[in-house]
Amino acid sequence: MSRHISIRKNTYLDSVSLMSMSTKANGVDGVSQAFIAMATPMNKEVLANLDITDAAIEEAKPSDLMIIVDAEDALLESAITAVDDIIARKNDGGATASETRYRTLDSAFEAAADSNLVLISVNGAFAAREARKALNANKNVMIFSDNVSVEDELELKQLAHEKGLLVMGPDCGTAIINGTGLAFANAVRRGSIGVVGASGTGSQEVSARIHDFGGGISQLIGTGGRDLSTEIGGISMIDGIRALDADPETKVILIVSKPPAEEVAEKVLAVAGAASKPVIVTFLGSSRTESGYDNVRIVQGTKPAALAAVVASGIDESTLDLHPLNLPLIAEVRAKLAPEQRFIRGLFCGGTLCDEAMFAAIEKFDNVYSNIQKDPARVLGATDPSREHTFLDMGDDDFTNGRPHPMIDPSLRLKRIVEEAKDPSVGVIAMDFVLGYGSHEDPVGVTIDAITEAKAIAAARGQHLEILGYVLGTDLDTPAIAEQVALLEAAGVTISSSSTNLGLLAREFVA
Amino acid sequence: MSINDLFASTLKPVNLGLDMFADDLRTQGADPVLMDWTPPGGGDPEVISALSRLERPELAEKIDAANQVALDRILSAQPFLEGFGQAIDTVPGMTKKTILHAGPPIEWERMCGPMQGAVTGALVFEGLAKDLSEAAELAGSGEITFSPCHEHQSVGSMAGVTSASMWVHQVTNRTHGNRAFTNLSEQLSKILRFGANDQSVIDRLNWMREVFGPMLSAAMELNTDGIDLRLLLSQALHMGDEAHNRNVAGTTLLIQALTPYIVETDFSTKEKREVFDFVASSDYFSGPTWMVTAKAAMDAANGIENSTVVTAMARNGVDFGIRVSGTGDQWFTGPAQQVVGPMFAGYTPADSGLDMGDSAITETFGIGGFAMAAAPAIVALVGGTVDDAMNYSRTMNEITTGNNSNVTIPALDFMGVPSGIDVRKVMETGILPLINTAIAHKDPGIGMIGAGIVHPPVEAFQQALVALSEKIA
Repeated sequence: MSRHISIRKNTYLDSVSLMSMSTKANGVDGVSQAFIAMATPMNKEVLANLDITDAAIEEAKPSDLMIIVDAEDALLESAITAVDDIIARKNDGGATASETRYRTLDSAFEAAADSNLVLISVNGAFAAREARKALNANKNVMIFSDNVSVEDELELKQLAHEKGLLVMGPDCGTAIINGTGLAFANAVRRGSIGVVGASGTGSQEVSARIHDFGGGISQLIGTGGRDLSTEIGGISMIDGIRALDADPETKVILIVSKPPAEEVAEKVLAVAGAASKPVIVTFLGSSRTESGYDNVRIVQGTKPAALAAVVASGIDESTLDLHPLNLPLIAEVRAKLAPEQRFIRGLFCGGTLCDEAMFAAIEKFDNVYSNIQKDPARVLGATDPSREHTFLDMGDDDFTNGRPHPMIDPSLRLKRIVEEAKDPSVGVIAMDFVLGYGSHEDPVGVTIDAITEAKAIAAARGQHLEILGYVLGTDLDTPAIAEQVALLEAAGVTISSSSTNLGLLAREFVA
Repeated sequence: MSINDLFASTLKPVNLGLDMFADDLRTQGADPVLMDWTPPGGGDPEVISALSRLERPELAEKIDAANQVALDRILSAQPFLEGFGQAIDTVPGMTKKTILHAGPPIEWERMCGPMQGAVTGALVFEGLAKDLSEAAELAGSGEITFSPCHEHQSVGSMAGVTSASMWVHQVTNRTHGNRAFTNLSEQLSKILRFGANDQSVIDRLNWMREVFGPMLSAAMELNTDGIDLRLLLSQALHMGDEAHNRNVAGTTLLIQALTPYIVETDFSTKEKREVFDFVASSDYFSGPTWMVTAKAAMDAANGIENSTVVTAMARNGVDFGIRVSGTGDQWFTGPAQQVVGPMFAGYTPADSGLDMGDSAITETFGIGGFAMAAAPAIVALVGGTVDDAMNYSRTMNEITTGNNSNVTIPALDFMGVPSGIDVRKVMETGILPLINTAIAHKDPGIGMIGAGIVHPPVEAFQQALVALSEKIA
C-alpha cells in the first residue's frame, strides 16, 4: 500500500463538489482511501486524526487543495490518474463557453446591475464579508451558509434594516421570492399567503401544506434559526412581517418558528399585532396560546397553522380534505407490535420536522432523547447509540461536520436505519423525505434498500417493524410526491400526510 | 433595492457558492449570475479582516480616489530617452564599490547562485578583484555596498547587477520630471545578468564599456529632442511585442530611432558595424529600455497617501518583493517562485534558479504578461495557446485600477493594457499578477536556460494589505 499526497496551490473547489469527488475517488480501482479537500484547519485536523501527516499538508493554506490517495502499490499510478480525471472533470464542468462567471461580487454587480438578490452558500468563514458587500451595493441577501458569528449576523441585519434591505439567514435554508424557490424549497402555487420562517424545513412544510390545501404563497421569507434569539432580537422576522404587511399581493401572514426568546416573542407579536392583515403564528414546541392581539392567532403545529392561514385567505374549510388522524390505522399497528416494542426512533433530515415529531412525543413521554433536546439530561451525541424514544436531527451540525446535509447525501441515515432495526425494543422508525429544489433527486429511492433490510432484520426475530414515512413535497416537485409515496408504500412503509400527523401517529403507535 | 421593490421586480439572483442552487434557479426560469469565487486573501483571517476594513465605504472612497491619482500619473507619464551615461556619473548614490542588484534588499550570503556569479563577474570587470575567487572574498568582506536597483531610481534585468562603469539609459518622465535608469542589454544567454562570468562575458562587458555605451551616448548627444519611449512602446505592441519577453519590434523601432544619430558619430565604420551586428544578434536590445520606461512611469505614482496601487514588483532570486504607492519605499516580500516554462535542450526544471529580476516592472506598468494578447507569437515560448494569451490580458483587468489608453492591444479591440495593480483586488479575487519571464540556471556561471510564466508569492500581497489597512484611516 502506498500513499500519494499532493497539494494544489490556490485551487478552490466548493465543499459539495469535493464531497462528491471524494466519493467517486474512493470508488476507483485499487484506492483504499482517497481524501480531496481544501486545506482548512478543520480538514487538516481530520487528517491528523487519521494519522495522515506531512510537511506539505502542514504548510498548505485554506485556499490550497489537498489530494491524498492510498492505493495498492501496483495500482497507485493509475489510481492517481483516475482521481486527477475526476478533479479535472469538475474544472471543465464549471464553465462552458456561453457562461460568464465573475470572480468577485463587485464585478458581478458591474456586469449585472439589475441583480437584486445574492444567494450565498460559501464557507461560513467568508460568508459575512460577501453579504456585507452585497448589502453595501443595495442588494438583498440570502445566506445559506452556517457558522457565521452572532456578531456578524447582528451587524449584517442592522445594516440591512437601515438600508431597507432583506437579509435572510445566516443558516437560512429556504425562501421563495417572487415565485422562485431559493436553496431548499418546494414547487408551490403562487397565492396570497406570505410566510416568514425562522426554520427551514418548517417553512417548507407550511408551504407544502398550504399548497395541498389549495392555497398559495406570495412570498416566503426565511430568517435563519437564530433570528429570534435575544442577541439578534428578530430583526429579519420583524422586517419581513412589515414587508409582507406592505405587500399588496399578501392577504395573510404566517409565522413559523421554533420557540423564540420570550422578550423577542413579545416584540414579534407586537409587530404582528400592528399589521393590517391576519397573522397566524406557530411557535413549535411552545405552550403559548394567546397572542394578545385580535388579528394574531397562535396555533400549535405546522398543519394547523397552514390550515388557519388558508382559511383566513378565503378558502372554505368545508371543501378541504383535512387528512384527519387515521384512528383505525393506529389500532391496526398497535396490534402488530410485540409488547416489548415500546420505542420510537425518529431519523430526520429536516430539523423542524424532527422537532415537531419530538414535541408530540414529549407531550406524552418523559424518556425522549435527541441531539436537539432542550433537556440536557436527554441529549444524545451524533455517535451515541439510540435509547428509548430517540429523535435525531441528522441535519444538525454534529452530524454534518465535514459532510453534506442528509437532504443531499443520505448515507449516514441509511446506516442508522439498519442499526435501529437491530434493537428489539423498537416499534416504530419514523422518517422524513424532503423533496424539492436543493434536495436529493430521489430521496426515497436511495432509502428503499435500507428499509427492506431493516424490516427483514425485525422479521428474522419474529417482529413487525413499523416504518412511518412522511414525504415533504408537492405534486409540482420533481420527483412529484405521488411517485415517492408509491415507492414507499410498495416497500410496506406507512405514510403520514403531514409533519404534524407524523409525530401524532408515531406516538400513538407505541402507546 | 428595498424589500417591497424586490417583490415588485423580476428576481435577478447572483449565485455565490453551490452550483446546484444555480441549476435550480435556472430550472425555475430565473437567470442567475454565476460566480467563480475563491476565498479572499488566500483564506487568511488576518488578511480578510484587513480587506473588510478597507472596504468600509468611507475608506474605500478615499482609496479609490488615491488610486485614481496613481493611475492618472502612470497613464500620463511620458518617459523620454535623453542619453546614456556611466552609472558612476549618473545613478544617484552610486560609488565605485557599490553593486546594484535586482529585487528587494539582500545580503551577499543569501544571494542565489546566478546573482553571486554576476556580482563576482562585475567585481572582476571593475578591476576590484583579479579573479572570481578573490571577487567572492571581496564580496563577503563587507567592503562592497549592495543595494537594490529600485532604491537608486533604477531597474536591472535578471540579477540586475550594475557596477560603476557600466553604461545606463538616462530616461526622464517629462510629465512629472522624475528620472530613471537601467543598464544596457548584453543580449541573451551566457551573460553576466544571468550569472555567467567567464572571460567571454568580461570581454563583452569591456566592449560595451569602450565602444557600445560611448557610441549610444554620442548618438543621443546629437539627438537633442530625446526619444519618446511610450510612443515606441505603443507601436511595438501593435507590431506583436509584449515588451518583456518578446522585443523584436521594439528593438527594431529603437535602433531605427538611434541609427541616424549613430551614423553621425565619429566612431569608425567598423565599430558602427559591430554595434549594429550586436543589436541584430538578438531581439533583446530594447528589453531594458521598456523596463526603464515602466520604471519612470511607476515612480511617478509612488508615495501617494491611501493608494493601494502596486508600484514595483521585483525579485532577487530568493525573495520576491513588491512596493505599494501608499506605503512608499517599504518592501513586502515572499519567497521567489519557480518559473514554469520550456527549457533549452539539455536542461530540466531541476536546473532552474528561482524567479529573478526587476523586469516585472513591465507587468507592474501593464505590459509583459499583462499584454500577452498583443504578442500571440510568444505563446509557444511560455507554453500556451493564443486563447490563453487573450485570457491572460483580460484576466488582469480584474486586479487593476484601469486601462492605459496610450498603450493598447489591437486583438482585444484596442483595449488599453491593464494598469495599476490594486493590492485589494489581488487579495479579493485570488488572482495573482501574471509575469512572463526568463529562467536562469540555479548555479553561477551558466546563464539563461529557458523562459516561462510565474506569479508573485501571495505572502507579499498579504503583508502589503495588512500594512495598508493599518496605515489608511
